[in-house]
Amino acid sequence: MLILECPCCGVKADETELQAGGEAHLKRYGPGSTDEEFDGYMFSRKNPKGVHFERWRHAYGCGKWFLAARCTATLEVFGTYPAQTKEPPADLQAKIKQKRPNWEGYK
Amino acid sequence: MSTRLQKGGRLIDRSRSMSFTFNGKKMQGYAGDTLASALLGADQMLVGRSFKYHRPRGIMSSGAEEPNALVGLGEGGRFEPNQRTTTTELFDGAVTSSQNHWPSLEFDVGAVNDKFYRFLPAGFYYKTFMFPRFAWKHVFEPVIRQSAGLGKVPHARDEDRYEYAYAFADLVIVGGGIAGLAAALAAGKQGKRVWLIEQTAHWGGRAVVDGVQIEGQDADAWVKETLEALEGMENVTLRSRTMASGLYDHGYLLMYERIADHTPGDGRPRHRLWRMRAGHIVTATGAIERPLSFAGNDIPGVMLASAVRDYVVNWAVSPGDRTVIVTNNDDAYRTALALLDAGLSVPAVVDARPEAKGDLPEAVRARGVKVLEGKGIAKVKGGKRVTGVSVCLQAGEGAELETIPCDAVAMSGGWSPVVHLWSHCGGKLNWDEKQAMFRPDPNRPATGADGEAMVTAIGSANGHLSSADVLADAHKAVGGKGAAPGAVCATEAPIMPVWIMPQGAGPALRFKMWLDPQNDVKVSDVQLAAREGYESVEHAKRYTTLGMATDQGKISNINGLAILSDSLNQAIPATGTTTFRPPYTPISMGAIAGEARGEIFQPLRKTPMHEWHETHGAHWEPVGHWRRPYCFLRTGEGVHDAVNREIRQVRNSVGLLDASTLGKILVKGPDAGKFLDMLYTNMMSTLPVGKCRYGLMCNENGFLSDDGVVVRLTEDTWLCHTTTGGADRIHGWMEDWLQCEWWDWKVYTANVTEQYAQVAIAGPNARKLLEKLGGMELTKAALPFMEWREGTLGGFRARVHRISFSGELSFEVAVPASEGRAFWDALIAAGEEFGVMPYGTEAMHIMRAEKGFIMIGDETDGTVIPQDLNLQWAISKKKEDYLGKRAQERSFMASAERWKLVGLETLDGGVIPDGAYAVAEGHNANGQRNVQGRVTSTYYSPTLDKGIAMGLVKHGPDRMGEVIDFPVDDGKVVKARIVDPVFYDKEGEKQNV
Amino acid sequence: MSKAVSALGGVSHSGFVDVAEAGLRGMITLRGDLASAKMKKAVKAATGTAVPAARRIELNGDKGAAWMSPDELLILVPYEEAVATVEALEKALAGEHHLVADVSDARSVFTVKGAKASEALMKLCPVDFETLAEGEIRRTRAAQVAAAFWKSGADEFTLVSFRSVAGYVMGLLEVSARKGGEVFPA
Repeated sequence: MLILECPCCGVKADETELQAGGEAHLKRYGPGSTDEEFDGYMFSRKNPKGVHFERWRHAYGCGKWFLAARCTATLEVFGTYPAQTKEPPADLQAKIKQKRPNWEGYK
Repeated sequence: MSTRLQKGGRLIDRSRSMSFTFNGKKMQGYAGDTLASALLGADQMLVGRSFKYHRPRGIMSSGAEEPNALVGLGEGGRFEPNQRTTTTELFDGAVTSSQNHWPSLEFDVGAVNDKFYRFLPAGFYYKTFMFPRFAWKHVFEPVIRQSAGLGKVPHARDEDRYEYAYAFADLVIVGGGIAGLAAALAAGKQGKRVWLIEQTAHWGGRAVVDGVQIEGQDADAWVKETLEALEGMENVTLRSRTMASGLYDHGYLLMYERIADHTPGDGRPRHRLWRMRAGHIVTATGAIERPLSFAGNDIPGVMLASAVRDYVVNWAVSPGDRTVIVTNNDDAYRTALALLDAGLSVPAVVDARPEAKGDLPEAVRARGVKVLEGKGIAKVKGGKRVTGVSVCLQAGEGAELETIPCDAVAMSGGWSPVVHLWSHCGGKLNWDEKQAMFRPDPNRPATGADGEAMVTAIGSANGHLSSADVLADAHKAVGGKGAAPGAVCATEAPIMPVWIMPQGAGPALRFKMWLDPQNDVKVSDVQLAAREGYESVEHAKRYTTLGMATDQGKISNINGLAILSDSLNQAIPATGTTTFRPPYTPISMGAIAGEARGEIFQPLRKTPMHEWHETHGAHWEPVGHWRRPYCFLRTGEGVHDAVNREIRQVRNSVGLLDASTLGKILVKGPDAGKFLDMLYTNMMSTLPVGKCRYGLMCNENGFLSDDGVVVRLTEDTWLCHTTTGGADRIHGWMEDWLQCEWWDWKVYTANVTEQYAQVAIAGPNARKLLEKLGGMELTKAALPFMEWREGTLGGFRARVHRISFSGELSFEVAVPASEGRAFWDALIAAGEEFGVMPYGTEAMHIMRAEKGFIMIGDETDGTVIPQDLNLQWAISKKKEDYLGKRAQERSFMASAERWKLVGLETLDGGVIPDGAYAVAEGHNANGQRNVQGRVTSTYYSPTLDKGIAMGLVKHGPDRMGEVIDFPVDDGKVVKARIVDPVFYDKEGEKQNV
Repeated sequence: MSKAVSALGGVSHSGFVDVAEAGLRGMITLRGDLASAKMKKAVKAATGTAVPAARRIELNGDKGAAWMSPDELLILVPYEEAVATVEALEKALAGEHHLVADVSDARSVFTVKGAKASEALMKLCPVDFETLAEGEIRRTRAAQVAAAFWKSGADEFTLVSFRSVAGYVMGLLEVSARKGGEVFPA
């Protein structure tokens, strides 16, 4: 039962107010993409034991999607940030690197 | 015999007598008693039978760890089995009954199992009931089901109410003993939002029983003073009768408050489940005493030493007149002192250690009690009661040195910190060799959202057994300012671990040494499990049932894994513990359900016309959380007849459908057209204002996800209708794409599903009916098929759509939901001359099937693409992209071998069973018949007076007229011809008038 | 002609606090750029209040504006004024990307009244009432459905839910407010 702070409204939301949306920062592949690209977009998901970036929606609150970086093993939350982000903010990445020196980094 | 003492009892109020019954026998106790103390006070030593051997069982402990003394409590709507007498407060009129026996507690037929114990070892069930195979179902299982299980299942509806409560705190301290109190005092002074909870009705824990001196006063007085101080702090919340059941991620703590267990029927909720979010949790949960494993240690009258002094000091109950104490540590000597203080006899203290010379043993010797050093109990004598103990050398094989007559035995094998909460969320333990206990490893705690420790164990729960250490630890753990409260207590000599008594006991004794009296697991069972290869402690637990059921091995686990370790010749930490899982003690099903029962078990969504439907014979069908009328039953009418009547009415005159549940989503903005073109397979941007268009939505995997009519309201506003079940999902889907992928597109959406009551008025007389209401021109010229107009109908603000799901002339009218009922009433009144009647979802389904219209969830199942349903006409070829387009370009999606939609007509006019498969020639690799299609919708059509169906068939559209076989039950085969799926009004003349 | 009725016809229950369906209330979803000058003007004209800050509700008699999300407000007016207010907002925001939708009939409004009002709500909503600020609107869930509430008086909360679940919400409130269920009895 996580608590994630919604960056859109600032509520420290109980997991029961949230809806999980899977891996963050996927790149959509539409018509014109190769089978491999589409397969990767549609089906291949990271499942790390450790640092992970996820999509969450504050479904019972402000209704906005946001992104969260957390450790799947310890459930430590490194930070949340708006969904309108192509990749994790640099300062968040630096913070994670500091806390998890062995983290291979985003991507 | 156990009895009530003339004097003393710090928790009972002798002026308030309470009567209760046990197995129908009337007994007396006092306010402040637990059921256990009241039973002992009434000399009821025998309180139940064990699970497997039906051995006589008595009260063993005085708290949550009690394995034996479980009773059925209450009657009727308040009956509940497996209530621990040791934690159940006595109330006047309590009705209790013992468990696991037949026909009576005193004489139990099942006790014959006890005589055959050699044949009922661990794993007996697994080994014995394997063969012959048929016997399990017909012989073994019925017999075992009869005799197994703890207690009886309640049958009556629970009369009580239960609730949740959400709470938030900086710090929750679990356990109201001196550690918890000291920590709360120190934390409270720091201004933190502190909760202190205690599972029993009383504060102070063991210290008050053990006569500890704190800050120069009796523990009792210090506890009282501290409580008063805490009560005076606004930032501190105290809750007794509240047990921390489980700790979960991010400081989520479930707390179980027993509000009215001791005052049943007083109008309060019985239990409250607190859903606490704690910044930090301090476990001051104390420790639990371990039994010693000697033969006959399960006989009523053999109790934990700490429990014996609890009963004497707290409730003025003596478990026996002559109590022999057996121990491997100094603490048990406190029991001897308590008994002596109460004027009771202690014939001897049997101490397994070669030497007992500490302060406490000396104090006991000084009172004239003989201390037998290096000795153990070979066996306890007696059956339903203890009559004596046979003493032997601890280092020997059990040869009797002497017999000491007694009627109670107080045993102590040392103490185990209560580490459950510490461990629930991942806190790790270390084995403390010196104190022979697992204790929390402060370097490996459970961590919270910030990655820091979320739990701190203090006091005895942290392995500190002397009161002075406990207080110092508690004060320091919460960063207390100044000195910790000081305590004066006796110094104790070290414990000597004793896992078997005597050390060299042979099989005969080991067969009678109980580790887990609740599940009838003995030393011999664990040794057998080890021999048979169940070396992992988790495997051994499941094979032997050690530590299962209601007590989860609170007193038995450590002894059990010590025996297992010994059998495997490895150190105890190498064996490890089983996983500690919530709840700490059983919590009621009612508390878990909370308010969610009866009418508010789950949300029921109602349209504005729901009540009308209810009073007009609605036969309900659940659709998501909505209830929609399946049909409207008239007096004496069956469902089938009602559905047919409703269809005939629509086809011949006019009917009304409550379509309010359909999803309605506004999509607005300069980029709304572009957005909808991505969402739907067809073009929505080109839809002219004033018109409607049927559209399909697919997921990114290409499969059909939803359908509905899209309405162009203004130049930049569309209204998208979704299926009933799809409204929230599709709205969420839209927002997902807008927020996470195309966030620079200027589009806003709003889910306005519930703003409108919507009614389909369908049938040849539909226009006439609406014209009677007046206010809008509804002629074919003014409002052609697939267009909409806004206006006033009979005084109602209305948006009228000329759309049809029935194939008839049909108007779907949306009015504000608050006026929905009045509008419906107006339609019913105006339609009287046409015999108007409502129709339900089944009539709607059949009429759409007669027209060959697909239904999301019938024709689709998450693996069907629009092309499978011959819906190419609704897929834009001009668009470069739409959600699902790339997926539909995959080779297997374009394959001609995919099953496609056709109509099916049985040769005999009957109805094919739903979901039936059409078989093809040959068999597959598994020897099953090959298949070539399946039925997706199937109905009796009253319009055509025959069965009609739709299905997906391989090469279906190319095989018109072909007959295929659908094998159904009992070897029968239904033959059906492949036909056009549009059965009725193929040209669409009826809906376009 | 009064054809408009609220979902429960104003039913009420008395427990350790009083719970009641408050009847119809004009409510308008307003989406757009909350920082724009036009938006400020439009909201001021509709309710007499400023555009509320994040998670705030600005009340002005029987009118008000509540912050629902970074690009959405809920405008409160008397039920009879909703249609006209929608038109006025549309007009005021013309030329700027926005969405105005009358949702007056899609909602049910409840009041929870009494010194221990929060003790009824804390059984249903995962919300810390001790840190709930004055003038804050909290969108959350009440048991199994979406809800929003704010403190509408010294001892009163106003709670809004979807209309279709009004019966369920009233059931929740009634059982939570029953006498004997005080969470912190005196």
